[in-house]
Amino acid sequence: MRNPARHATIALTLAALFGGASLMPQVASAAKHEDRVAMGKEVAWDRKTGNCLACHMMPGGNLPGDIGPPLIAMKARFPDRQKLFDQIYDATKKNPESRMPPFGKHKIISNADIDAIIDYLYTL
Amino acid sequence: MKMKKLAIAALCALVANGAFAAKKATDTTPEEDLKTYRDYFFKRFPGVPLQEYANGVYAIDKVSRDSWEAIEEFPPYEPMIEEGETMWNTPFANGKTYGSCFNDDPAQRKHFPRWDDERKTVVTLPMAINECRSKNGEKPLKYKKGAIANLLAYMAYESRGQKTNVKIPNKDALAAYDKGKTVYFARRGQLNFSCASCHMQSAGQKVRADILSPVLGHTTGWPVYRSKWGELGTLHRRFGGCMKQMRAKPYKAQGEEFRDLEYFLTHVSNGIEFNGPSARK
Ligand code: HEC
Ligand code: HEC
Repeated sequence: MRNPARHATIALTLAALFGGASLMPQVASAAKHEDRVAMGKEVAWDRKTGNCLACHMMPGGNLPGDIGPPLIAMKARFPDRQKLFDQIYDATKKNPESRMPPFGKHKIISNADIDAIIDYLYTL
Repeated sequence: MKMKKLAIAALCALVANGAFAAKKATDTTPEEDLKTYRDYFFKRFPGVPLQEYANGVYAIDKVSRDSWEAIEEFPPYEPMIEEGETMWNTPFANGKTYGSCFNDDPAQRKHFPRWDDERKTVVTLPMAINECRSKNGEKPLKYKKGAIANLLAYMAYESRGQKTNVKIPNKDALAAYDKGKTVYFARRGQLNFSCASCHMQSAGQKVRADILSPVLGHTTGWPVYRSKWGELGTLHRRFGGCMKQMRAKPYKAQGEEFRDLEYFLTHVSNGIEFNGPSARK
């Protein structure tokens, strides 16, 4: 667990070797999930990618902006994953005057990145 | 049916958008705009008098105001004012001075930007300075920093206390104002911001640690000595910097877009005194 990336690779390799054996994919996705949370956090915090802290308070983040609401209790407030995806993909769809950049639509980050961010948001 | 839906959508935008609802620049007049923006900020920052807006973000942020006041006591731009004064007094190769183009009076700030009806274009002070140089056989200066910023600092200093009073004398001038307004409200760049996203909708709020200044007063204090630059810079340098933040390609300093933008933006500050040069973070 100290090296989730490596753990994931091993799990994936094993999964590939066992070729769909019933147990392995589950192990793989568990490890992958942790990876994705870590990756999501990185994409969300990095100034060059998500830079969500520019506008949102997120637990543990330094000097957050306050243009958007704090991103807390995300699972309780956004049980529907698709809603989160849509907000990040193109916030102007729901609110045409939104100041939140359309991260997916303008290709600021990839859809896979958005998915990883959502995994991370669900830990907040 | 479709029309009705559209009308409702427009109305919703109007309510959500409050002060900056004009969907087309031509929907409202400059006088209406002036009143709308002022009312919006007076409500948003109660107790902040109009003239205070000349101080940018320090008008509304008590925390950074103290250190800013300390800086303004020994202003970092003082040597540049002196260099600008030397420029003003030093004759060109042909023996004439800047004074020959400006009625021998460096206190010119209140006359710019102005609509030139013969040329059908907005003339800014930096542009007039370079035209003066060309007329007298000198090379034009670069527009974003350096010598021109020094001369502007001297002229601004001599103009302190003059009131912004941009006039829009006719239809062609109004078209330039409307173009500038469109530039201000257009969303652009990868991040999809408009200038108004930050300086109207979000004024007083924080992007990371930076508090956003309101648009009122945005043109009064130039040129500005920014600690981040470590030197003086011009208004159009700042425009370019903000466009880069939007991940958009900046227009050219003193190109038509930025001159029209300056025309619109300076009109927004009508009634506020010029107080350049100033210091900013
Ligand atoms: C420049 C400002 C800005 C940035 C950067 C930004 N947001 Fe937002 N965000 C907003 C605003 C403003 C809202 C309020 C709703 C709206 O206008 O869309 C919002 C709303 C949200 C919401 C809905 C929250 C709620 O409680 O309703 C989520 C979730 C969200 N943002 C996630 C993110 C993520 C994840 C990132 C980074 C990848 C991000 N935002 C970056 C401005 C921003
Ligand atoms: C993403 C946010 C953002 C956008 C969009 C933005 N700016 Fe800025 N702007 C800032 C920040 C941050 C500062 C520095 C703090 C302050 O004074 O507001 C600033 C400062 C300024 C200043 C200097 C104010 C002063 O008193 O020194 C001017 C003028 C300005 N912006 C004009 C513009 C124009 C014109 C546009 C559009 C072309 C624009 N800004 C778009 C964030 C933004």
